Amino acid sequence: MVSAKWGDILGANLDELYREVILDHFQNPRRMGTLPEATHTLGLHNPTCGDKIAVDLQVEDGRVADYRFSGHGCSISMASASMLGDAVVGKPVAQATEVARGFVDFLTNPQSQETPPGDLEALGGVRKFPARVKCATLAHNALMEALAAHGVHAEPH
Amino acid sequence: MSLPSTTTAPSWTEVAGAFPALRQTVNGHPLVYLDSAATSLKPTVVIDAVSEYYRDYPSNVHRSVHTLAGRATEAYEAARARVAGFIGTRAENLVFTHGTTESVNLVANGWARRHLQPGDEILLTPAEHHSNLVPWQQAARATGARLVYAELSPEGHLSMAALRAAFTPRTRLVTVAHVSNVLGTENPIRQVVELAHRHDAVVVVDGAQSVPHLPVSVTELGVDFFAFSGHKMCGPTGIGALYGRPDRLRETDPLLFGGEMIAEVDRERATWADVPYRFEGGTPNVAGAIGLAAAVQFLESVGMQRIAVHSRELAVEAAERLAPLPGAAVYGSLANRQAVVAFNLAGVHPHDVAQVLDSLGIAVRAGHHCAQPLMATLAIQSSARASFYLYNTREDVDRLVDGLREVGRYFGR
Repeated sequence: MVSAKWGDILGANLDELYREVILDHFQNPRRMGTLPEATHTLGLHNPTCGDKIAVDLQVEDGRVADYRFSGHGCSISMASASMLGDAVVGKPVAQATEVARGFVDFLTNPQSQETPPGDLEALGGVRKFPARVKCATLAHNALMEALAAHGVHAEPH
Repeated sequence: MSLPSTTTAPSWTEVAGAFPALRQTVNGHPLVYLDSAATSLKPTVVIDAVSEYYRDYPSNVHRSVHTLAGRATEAYEAARARVAGFIGTRAENLVFTHGTTESVNLVANGWARRHLQPGDEILLTPAEHHSNLVPWQQAARATGARLVYAELSPEGHLSMAALRAAFTPRTRLVTVAHVSNVLGTENPIRQVVELAHRHDAVVVVDGAQSVPHLPVSVTELGVDFFAFSGHKMCGPTGIGALYGRPDRLRETDPLLFGGEMIAEVDRERATWADVPYRFEGGTPNVAGAIGLAAAVQFLESVGMQRIAVHSRELAVEAAERLAPLPGAAVYGSLANRQAVVAFNLAGVHPHDVAQVLDSLGIAVRAGHHCAQPLMATLAIQSSARASFYLYNTREDVDRLVDGLREVGRYFGR
């Protein structure tokens, strides 16, 4: 009655999704806010829930000098946006884009070889909850689109 | 409304036993299904009626003289009569559509675009489902008419005072939901109709959340148009209906042109079949109509009055037991509450509420419920929503309340 794909999910433990580090980022988000001097900014909607996350970036000398995110969302989308800032600040723009692209690949491609940097790896549990992939990748897609809009493109996958 | 004759109505345990989807565990727990406002579960009799059509007489309707086609046509037209009777009207006033959305679009495109003039007003509320809002936005754009909103009461309900005050000499059409899909409030349609007809305005009612739960007579309500869906009332997906008062249907243009809907076609032009067939261009959803008729028969065997009381009691109990939970906000008041309870827990996003509940085998909806203007009015982004139906029990309310305690524990750690 239940397909193999959903059968896999039935084995998933809620604690694999809501790791302590995720709840910590959700309850104590890092770099939440806006950048008045942002060079790149982009907001994205999650149409299923109406949630919105906007990413502000300050790019200086080809590096992501600063990052802020704003909006509202579930624990997964907010924690992911918070973790993304830790992972990209100080990085060259191409590397920042690669972090976001690699993270999306990590969650959506079953054959992915990616290991996301820093706390982002804790979101691996999302792979067992396909309905939440959109939440986890919202800030990452916003960052990629923001940088792409100014000529820095994510590699097509 | 027709009620079971001499046979005894089934017990609630027997009713629940008629729904095979309930015989499963989800994430290791027996399923508690609290998402009927999105779509209901289907009883075996409906599944069997659909299967029987596909297995034994899968023929097109109104076309051929062979035996199977005759049987299919007879079943399809019997379904129309049964569904029409269920909402207190006759077969010729009932158009089969794919659901509420198509029904509203048929009125917005087929009637409103033909009758509205620039400057005319469409009166509605901010609580409408997107399917009873976006078609009117489009009709307004196409005709130069404008949307006028009757603001809700502080509790988020339809305010008759606000509605009365919103009428102008240009009000041509009034549209409201019979029951709100978020607040669960039953709106006083007869009063709305009385008021609107005094202003010569046409009344369109979105009955998606009322027909599954309440005894409804469109004739007693006096509405001009009434839209509803089959899948929320134990029927298949992809079938629904539009009731139209006979004169209103006759002044409505078809949306779909082609086979089935014509009287005569020559090289240059065509004439339309009679109402309601002119609105059912193409091969209709025969299996869906037959399944919907089986659903109606099933609901009638249980009794609509009993179902209304049952769903309402469960929703009221849930609302009363959720409200005192730490950080809980329950939207809408208990007055006129039907089967829906929308709520939030402070500091926990509805997605996370629904995820934890799902891990406990409890299915609820989380999101904006296709009612973003209402979310904005309530000053929230989204909410969780538990909705009840004839197969739910008080144990389901217990499981929901226990589950929400678990949500609090999970996110309070």
